[in-house]
Amino acid sequence: MAELAGMPVLEPAQGAKDQHMVINMGPQHPATHGVLRLVVEIDGEIIVRVYPEVGYLHTGIEKTCEAKFYHQVVPLTDRINYLDPLSNNLCYALAVEKLLDLEIPAKAQWMRVLLAELSRLNSHLIWLGTHALDIGAMTVFLYTFREREDVLRLFDALAGQRMMTSFIRIGGLAMEAPLDFLDRVQAFIRTFPEKIDEYANLLTGNPIFRNRLKGVGHLSAADAIALGVTGPPLRASGVDLDLRRDMPYSSYEKFQFNVPVSNDCDCWARYEVRLVEMRESVKIIQQALDGMPEGAVKADAPKIVLPDREKMKTQMESLIHHFKIVTEGFAVPAGEVYQGIEAGHGLTGYYIVSDGTAKPYRVHMRYPSFPTLQALEVMCKGRMLADLVAVIGSIDIVLGEIDR
Amino acid sequence: MSDAKTLMGKAAVLEGLADHPAVKAILAWNPEALTDAKFDFGELTLTIAPEQIRAACFAMQAAGYNFFEDMTAVDWFPASPRFQLSYHILSLAMKERIRLRVLLEDASPAVESITPVWAGVDYFEREVFDLFGIRFEEHPNLRRIMMPEDWVGYPLRKDYPVEGYR
Repeated sequence: MAELAGMPVLEPAQGAKDQHMVINMGPQHPATHGVLRLVVEIDGEIIVRVYPEVGYLHTGIEKTCEAKFYHQVVPLTDRINYLDPLSNNLCYALAVEKLLDLEIPAKAQWMRVLLAELSRLNSHLIWLGTHALDIGAMTVFLYTFREREDVLRLFDALAGQRMMTSFIRIGGLAMEAPLDFLDRVQAFIRTFPEKIDEYANLLTGNPIFRNRLKGVGHLSAADAIALGVTGPPLRASGVDLDLRRDMPYSSYEKFQFNVPVSNDCDCWARYEVRLVEMRESVKIIQQALDGMPEGAVKADAPKIVLPDREKMKTQMESLIHHFKIVTEGFAVPAGEVYQGIEAGHGLTGYYIVSDGTAKPYRVHMRYPSFPTLQALEVMCKGRMLADLVAVIGSIDIVLGEIDR
Repeated sequence: MSDAKTLMGKAAVLEGLADHPAVKAILAWNPEALTDAKFDFGELTLTIAPEQIRAACFAMQAAGYNFFEDMTAVDWFPASPRFQLSYHILSLAMKERIRLRVLLEDASPAVESITPVWAGVDYFEREVFDLFGIRFEEHPNLRRIMMPEDWVGYPLRKDYPVEGYR
């Protein structure tokens, strides 16, 4: 119970000093998925209190954004939730486009949907692999990372970057996708549903996995709403909220998909909801491939969107625009907007305040893991210490987005 | 893409959006507490008197805006009032979002905590306390969350430098 530099440690409750013990889980614990420190008060093996201590990854991205031009913020957003980079890009771009009142071409919108869903698959694959690994099922991890590698190769072909893609920009996409990109996506999703069956075969019938998750980490719908829990944990608690369907953005209203909801409220429900979500993502990607519109992938706004390289080499006007955008940025009308999207982990929101200059006055990101972490104590109280590992895995937190 | 309609000022919003459930709820609750309002970029912003924010949140919750989504602050240094708190609240039934806004003066900014309304505000208020130095009265655990406990200063304030030593 040693005092770590300047950090108050949880004291056992009065009258329980003799039986209760306070232990640290993390910040270097493999099951905390990053640098999360949990101060846990236990009575034997029963959890009495859990106190999450965050901030180890705090890099002040919100402050950094205030010193950058609007375009320069895009790469910063990748680094917040590094498992779901394109959703971050998308949310930021949508918020700035709302301020600018930009019209985005249909093809760019559909590509954004396709990329956001691929990104969701990436995020869910990591969740499934690490979650199963925490529970003790090592094989699944190797399988999901095999498929995740396929997704990363697609991102690599697209953006030249595997993780920090920065491909969705203000006004559309960074550039046209490579010629064979859509065929490669098609090839990937043709085989992917079988892979989901493979994971399900390994886990759904597995008695150890079942017993570790069923009835563990109960979170009622009322608690989930009060604590601001979103995404798969919220839907697994029986609350039917998915912004893709309920407040559609980037032409999600043109896609047909189901939103899985479960009333079981436990870790198992979260597992099942995410598995179905992966299948639904495949359906959305297929629809995007089938109906991909023709046209440009950038808005017709030369003072905002960076020009194509080719045009820069042949047209003086494009060269001037490029120079102006890179050196001075572009002014954004004063005002404040909030844009919410349904990312892989839940409801992501960007709140941007502009004072009419070329740099955002204030950028605030609402990321789903931050409020979801508050629900940890509710889910674990009175349970065994080992269940804590299962619960952390099931809420799928990313420390980068908690600390920002 | 955008709603053509932009309404600025309390009178314009009360007239132009008289049927909006949030506007109706605020009028039924306490019209005096509404100090300003605007509707732009398709978003409704209601400015509430600082001492009324908790009651306003209860009123909004009763009116169907039942999901607390986000809360943060903006520093308008050196303008006065200096701080702005923005609460984003979502209605799960109506699939609609409103923004409540509170303006605070520079000298020891403090406001009622709304944790009694939504327990999930806890971390958000701690973050604002940590990075802006705004106090939330009756918050159950108002401690720094991101910065070390012994940190001096509030990094997201505008008079705090982006680089170099403070």
